[in-house]
Amino acid sequence: MAADTKETITVQLHELTAWELTQKLQQREISAVEAVEACFDRIAAVEDRVKAYLCLTRDQALQQAREVDARRASGEALPATAGVPIAYKDLLCTDGVPTTCASRILANFVPPYDATVVERCSQAGLPMVGKANMDEFAMGSSTENSAFQITANPWDLERVPGGSSGGSAAAVAAGEAFWALGTDTGGSIRQPASLCNLVGMKPTYGRVSRYGVVAYASSLDQVGPLTRDVRDCALLLGLIAGRDQRDSTSAAVPVPDYTEVLGRDVTGLRAGIVRELLYGEGIESDVREAVEAAIKTLDSLGMACEEVSLPHSEYSLPCYYIIAPAECSSNLARYDGVRYGHRTERETTSVYDMFAKTREEGFGDEVKLRIIKGTYVLSAGYYDAYYRKALQVRTLIKRDFEQAFERFDLLICPTSPSVAFRIGEKADDPLAMKLADICTLPINLAGIPAMSVPCGFSGGLPIGMQLMGKPFDEPTLLQVAYAYEQSCDWHRRRPAL
Amino acid sequence: MYEPIVGVEVHAQLTTSSKMFCSCRAEFGAEPNTNVCPVCLGLPGSLPVTNRKAVEQVIRTGLALGCEVGTLCRFYRKNYFYPDLAKNYQISQYDEPLTFGGRMELSVEGRPVSIRIRRAHLEEDTGKNIHLPNGRSLVEYNRCGVPLMEIVTEPDFRSAAEVREYLLQLRRLLWYLGVSTANMEEGALRAEPTVNLRDPETGERTPKVEIKNLASIRAVHDAVEYEIRRQYHCLETGEPMQQETRRWNEAQGITTVMRTKESAEDYMYFPEPDLVPIEPEPEWVEAIRAALPELPQARQQRFVAEYGLPEYDAQVLTEDRATADYFEAVVQACGEPKACSNWVMGDLQRLLNESGCSITESRVSPQQLAELIGTIKDGTISHNIAQAVLPKMWATGHSAREVIAAENLALISDATEIEKLVDEAIAANPKAVADYRGGKEKALGAIVGHVMRQTKGQANAAVVNELILARLNG
Repeated sequence: MAADTKETITVQLHELTAWELTQKLQQREISAVEAVEACFDRIAAVEDRVKAYLCLTRDQALQQAREVDARRASGEALPATAGVPIAYKDLLCTDGVPTTCASRILANFVPPYDATVVERCSQAGLPMVGKANMDEFAMGSSTENSAFQITANPWDLERVPGGSSGGSAAAVAAGEAFWALGTDTGGSIRQPASLCNLVGMKPTYGRVSRYGVVAYASSLDQVGPLTRDVRDCALLLGLIAGRDQRDSTSAAVPVPDYTEVLGRDVTGLRAGIVRELLYGEGIESDVREAVEAAIKTLDSLGMACEEVSLPHSEYSLPCYYIIAPAECSSNLARYDGVRYGHRTERETTSVYDMFAKTREEGFGDEVKLRIIKGTYVLSAGYYDAYYRKALQVRTLIKRDFEQAFERFDLLICPTSPSVAFRIGEKADDPLAMKLADICTLPINLAGIPAMSVPCGFSGGLPIGMQLMGKPFDEPTLLQVAYAYEQSCDWHRRRPAL
Repeated sequence: MYEPIVGVEVHAQLTTSSKMFCSCRAEFGAEPNTNVCPVCLGLPGSLPVTNRKAVEQVIRTGLALGCEVGTLCRFYRKNYFYPDLAKNYQISQYDEPLTFGGRMELSVEGRPVSIRIRRAHLEEDTGKNIHLPNGRSLVEYNRCGVPLMEIVTEPDFRSAAEVREYLLQLRRLLWYLGVSTANMEEGALRAEPTVNLRDPETGERTPKVEIKNLASIRAVHDAVEYEIRRQYHCLETGEPMQQETRRWNEAQGITTVMRTKESAEDYMYFPEPDLVPIEPEPEWVEAIRAALPELPQARQQRFVAEYGLPEYDAQVLTEDRATADYFEAVVQACGEPKACSNWVMGDLQRLLNESGCSITESRVSPQQLAELIGTIKDGTISHNIAQAVLPKMWATGHSAREVIAAENLALISDATEIEKLVDEAIAANPKAVADYRGGKEKALGAIVGHVMRQTKGQANAAVVNELILARLNG
């Protein structure tokens, strides 16, 4: 089937962008309850094929929507996007709603509190549609590591949606939510965005609170939006960004109006094309060509694009696979069956035996692998050789970016080296799976913001371009992404389901 | 000849009202698992936020111990599995502690001893496992996350007596700084000495032994003494020794093996990624330094120099800050430092003990005690009567002069009144008068005694003597 025929002609309610829906809500063309119903109608139609959600919260969503409608009817001033339904990755804590991290060990865990980002979205009047599937504890690039179900890519149900925020991406791409929040530790928002034809952003480390976000690797994790276009991304980022006293690593940097830069002229902005990540090994030719074409478009918009080298980027993968497992081995130590979550029902001989059996039963293979690796690299005698060395390399990678940003306003490369792969295709080849993140990992190590923007198709499957910016310079990324988006229509395509 | 090498690690719970990384209350003795929240229970997604007050208390203590304050201080995760540790890692410090490189000067059996302080840093306390007779275990998390200060010395102690003196001085210092109740029975202060022996000539050492389960300073002293003896004994008999942790058995007065080095854990320390490093601003550190109270050792020396008190009095009075403050308030109101010291350490302390009050709760204020001492000085009452007046002041809350007036206890010093009584006494004791006149000076006592009996001891003894002599010799 050719890519073009996958487009649908008439725009249905569930296909609108969040901003388009916002306008209809504000003009009272439709109600928030109707918007929620549209999501659930769509879910009824496609969810058995997509399997994006681990848990649906219809009653809660309708309740929130009714409140928004009532307040709007009474003439109360509401946040602009009030009433636009949202999906949350299932590692964002939701008060009274199961939060499983797609792991058996938290299958029965119901948090007594909301993550800060959930609280902020709630206060802004966004009804929660449900909790989206993911790779267990955000470890993976295909959402195949979920303990509960495999999510399909709405563009080709035989293929993965990417990961680890695959459920969030699939839900938005399939019209089962208008937008979603995911988390990104090594590419987990941007890569699924790329594979599902969405805009996805990993903000600067510290831009968004991590409170209530179940940790994978604390120094790399960041929450961000998955949306259908750049304006939606700007709107949702504006809702969740900002200092949170409950997260010491959140930054006290003022939050600008991210929509202000949309439409601003990009003439004269300098973009560095990352040589290693565009022409390097493993980048599929269709992906490269699509990104090159996008760069030509940016050129034609008046931007100055030239190549730049990030010499240490080739060490990102080993560096990441020391730091992330190290932090995860410690972060996941708390799942021991004592206070909450799964506890073994087998006979145990000691408390340590109880820990071991609980964790053996509760964690999947990939999680166990990373815990073991992380424990190893932190062990006495290996710390200096691995962990300390990785921190030094991380500094070098960061410096590469700092030097590049002395000459450029932003950097460009593909988001994912390939389009969506088949379910099961890389399941037995962990290295191939990890290579899916080579373009996105360095960004988390450097702590800078980056976003993926739809920039073409190959065999009916979406391709994403990654824009990378200076710390807290999300506005420039949004400005350029928006300018690009205006000159093409990739983002308007919807999968035929 | 081998000599003992001892170092001490002390954990002191801080007196902050809230826990180290959350806003739960840090009080002792609440209902189990009531002072808990997602953060100290380590629920998924929760994050720690540093209690600045706790950081300040450690800096305060570090400064009082002569430590330097770090310019970049980090928290680390100490990873190990145990049910009372909600996250299965403890947030502690490793490299880059808050304060380091201090010293404490001691006087032990008349000798000066200098102990180097390696570091004073900050960490969170763990919860508590409770093992039931039926084999089940419960976990209590109220204490989990309470701020804990760790103070580590260099191995500078050479005897158990030195360790005891250090702990006494350290406890007094913590009280003065108001940073810890330092109550060992409640576990607010825990001391773990490390003991081994060294040959100063060859540098040869016995393996290090750490001692745990010490519930009092006396227990620490006894355990260290025992362990030193045990290791000498092993050396002599050739009994093998190994690096291990031993438990003090208070009842039997011995240490027994708890775990050996082979089973010791690898804590996999790494920098806590959920917390940003602490960079104490110099202005803040200087403000903390400026606000330090006069420290106990300095105050003790000043009490000797300024008030002329014996060393013993100065030490007892400066044992805690409130007693020293009380004493100085009394002195300020009436002078007479030695008398004040006697009253505070003696009669007042007895009343405090009987009523179970601390000195800050004393029902007799320093000003009232000063007034009482003044009434002895000006001859209004005798010391003996004053000792009877104080409990009445305590009971009624009245001032010394009010009690004296109400109970008519003032000494009779009025000569005309006493003259009358003297005349009566002379008339009533002709034999004593005759004896005195016959050269028996002692016979005077019977006449004086008569006057005192008549006045129930309230006649001013000096005036009575003078008047009797004037009559008999006149």
